[in-house]
Amino acid sequence: MTQTMTDIRHPAWHPIASSEDLPFRHVYHGQLLGQEFAVWRADDGNVNVWENRCLHRGVRLSIGLNEGAELKCQYHGWRYANRSAGCTYIPAHPADAPARRITNRTFPAVESLGLVWSAMGDVTPFAPPLPEGNWMPLRPLPVNARPGAVLAALTAAREAESDVESLPPLGARLVLTGVDGRAAVFFVQPVDSGRAVIRGVVEAESWDDQLSLLRLFNERLSTLRRQVEAEMALEEAPEPLVPVYEPVSLELATMPDLRFGRQAKLRVRVARKWQAGADVTGLELAALEGHLPTFQPGAHLDLFLPNGLIRQYSITNGPGELLSYTVGVKREPDSRGGSVAIADELREGDVVAISEPRNNFPLRRDATRTILIAGGIGITPLLAMAKTLASSRLPFELHVFARSPEHVAFPEALDKLGESVVPHIGLDPAGTAAEIEQLVSGYGFARHLYVCGPGPMLDLVRRRTAEAGWPEEAVHFEYFKNVNEIDLSSTFTVELARSALTLAIPSGKSILEVMRENGVDAPSSCEQGACGTCLTTVLEGIPDHQDVYLNDTERRSNSCMMTCVSRAKSDRLVLDI
Amino acid sequence: MPIAPSAAILDAWHVFSAAAEIGPGPYRSTLLLDTRLDYRRGTNGEVEVRRRDTGAALLVIERYGFAWTSLGSPPDDLFSIPEFYEPDRKNMSCGSLGVNVSAPRAVENFLDMGHFPYVHTGILGEEPHTEVKEYDVEISYERDEILATRCRFYQPRAALSADEGQDVEYIYRVPHPYCSVLYKSCPADESRLDVIGIFCQPMTEETIRAHLLQSMIDDENTITAMRRFQQTIFGQDKPILENQYPKRLPLDPRAETPIRADKSAIAYRRWLSQKGVNYGVIPQAA
Repeated sequence: MTQTMTDIRHPAWHPIASSEDLPFRHVYHGQLLGQEFAVWRADDGNVNVWENRCLHRGVRLSIGLNEGAELKCQYHGWRYANRSAGCTYIPAHPADAPARRITNRTFPAVESLGLVWSAMGDVTPFAPPLPEGNWMPLRPLPVNARPGAVLAALTAAREAESDVESLPPLGARLVLTGVDGRAAVFFVQPVDSGRAVIRGVVEAESWDDQLSLLRLFNERLSTLRRQVEAEMALEEAPEPLVPVYEPVSLELATMPDLRFGRQAKLRVRVARKWQAGADVTGLELAALEGHLPTFQPGAHLDLFLPNGLIRQYSITNGPGELLSYTVGVKREPDSRGGSVAIADELREGDVVAISEPRNNFPLRRDATRTILIAGGIGITPLLAMAKTLASSRLPFELHVFARSPEHVAFPEALDKLGESVVPHIGLDPAGTAAEIEQLVSGYGFARHLYVCGPGPMLDLVRRRTAEAGWPEEAVHFEYFKNVNEIDLSSTFTVELARSALTLAIPSGKSILEVMRENGVDAPSSCEQGACGTCLTTVLEGIPDHQDVYLNDTERRSNSCMMTCVSRAKSDRLVLDI
Repeated sequence: MPIAPSAAILDAWHVFSAAAEIGPGPYRSTLLLDTRLDYRRGTNGEVEVRRRDTGAALLVIERYGFAWTSLGSPPDDLFSIPEFYEPDRKNMSCGSLGVNVSAPRAVENFLDMGHFPYVHTGILGEEPHTEVKEYDVEISYERDEILATRCRFYQPRAALSADEGQDVEYIYRVPHPYCSVLYKSCPADESRLDVIGIFCQPMTEETIRAHLLQSMIDDENTITAMRRFQQTIFGQDKPILENQYPKRLPLDPRAETPIRADKSAIAYRRWLSQKGVNYGVIPQAA
């Protein structure tokens, strides 16, 4: 009955905790085969089993904070999302979205029989070792002994001539001596080569005798532990297993820029489509299996419509909500075909393609006060920001400008944010201007303002904040679209410094198009100079900016540009691509 | 089986005690690089150190209030901290604190500003002011040390007189694989800088004693109060350091995830690699 080393390391499901060890907002320190785990239950009930190590500086995540939807590292406050373990925020660089995909190592988790099960390596899907029933977990008992020896000792300690039902890899159903003939099932958790935890379950007939039953087994198993540990003391202790620290991906270690084209990497199902406001269609886009990639508040995705159009929509979700993305689509009378296709053609149950989320409108969380100003459908990215700020209890106000009460989109979500939401309903342009002037009148240290809405409203907010003394870097904006007439008439030369390519840009074609024709892929999304995805560093030359993404300081610096619409005033541009 | 330290460590000076704590009388004992040492102050006032395994007497120097020795062939002198000798400074040892971590992990933590709001909450930093602004780092090959300058961090109570938070300036030096010295805006005199040093005694690869030096311009506070302040700070770092895995500092750039704020740590790891340091680190695979 002895188990060899190779046996216990064979990939298999093992219990690593009792379900009761995971109350809300707690992080449990687990271990399997020498590998430490941070185990935590999110507020939505999901159990996360992660490597117990922050990817940044190796600090145990089991000393971190479970904030309900995210786990926050104690050392530098990095936040990792429920389910995906993707990093959503790095406080040392509050103005940046963690663009590099920093994701902690995760392990599978299943709750069954009142225990939490996990595994390392490739395993078949979890199959409950026992039929579901009224199983009561016993107090887990750690034993400093080889896991195989612990199982052997349990088997040897059964009633004379009684049966044993083996439950591989390290379990057995049997009747121990000294427990009044009560059958129990024991699973031995292999913590390390020389350490184990006995996790037993019994069928609890009546919950009244729970305590006496627990006491009875605890006493019996404690005796067993003393015997096993006394025997082990005579043997040489086995070498502890060495945990494997997987290297982070090369892209994280070397910090290159990631390059994506417009790629529909993901498939999602339209789980719900509803009227989210007078002229807004709400779409809940659910993962086909598992969860969706990590996003940050302010992020958008590209939706690939059945009619071939590609449109950008902001994700409205709160932190750690990764089973589906909720977006809002405004029905535009003068639509270029996107919103009409969604309103008329998309049905619940349809599968559609989306890009991975991308964030060009990141939320800083180092403000003493955050002012969010939403005009119409501009509510969508700000809703995600408001939910994030609310869940971290950071002070904010969300000002919602709408034509009528019915035009306020996502009213249920706004209701949950309580008094932080301030509606401004039915104002004419002059009334809106007066209201905004008042909102931005008091600039103070470490305040930040975010605005998303129609172009004229953004222009107004940017003007008024500048007049009221707001520094440009404290005013963050996102235009829906670029209404400027794009002038594609100029011709010039572009040198790509890192790709060692020189390209002639003819009139009528964008830099982005010519780069792609020459095999240089670059990230892009809206391709009309609004979203910020194709932002590129300019090393030499003077760009002719035609976008609505950059602020005035950034434009004047001549150090960056959007390659989808902007061109050159000089004969030549040198780009850091 | 302990590993043999490479020349960069074997031939370096290493701190082993605050000088004031070495008296005449019976030998005291400590551990350096897995080697048991016995030491005392001789009748002539000089500190004597010998290895217990071979009985060999070792070289000793006293600098900055601490006693230093070497298991190999050390350079003529230790790195210099000229400010220590300015007559109006209050120089003090803030204690020798055992930590279950490697010396390079402790040095890297000393260089790090990003943890101030989370680990030294309300003292050296406070949420939401978490930003680590751009700063400069250079490895000076001439002086054989790392220098990080133009470091600024928002601190809630940088000075007693301050009623609002403000950015405090830091300069960091790493003049020794296991030692670092920082210079920080001095609340009492705008033209000068307070000096704080961490000197790590590598007892084993994964256990140290951190010896802390303060050299301050401060006429208001007592030495005891200033010591307590520094011990509070270090007491906040200790549980973090003891929960870092692996305990030895990984020098492979792919072992952990650096960000811009970690520029000085990246330079430090590269410098240790270049020097061939093999003790207290996980060397980069060839």
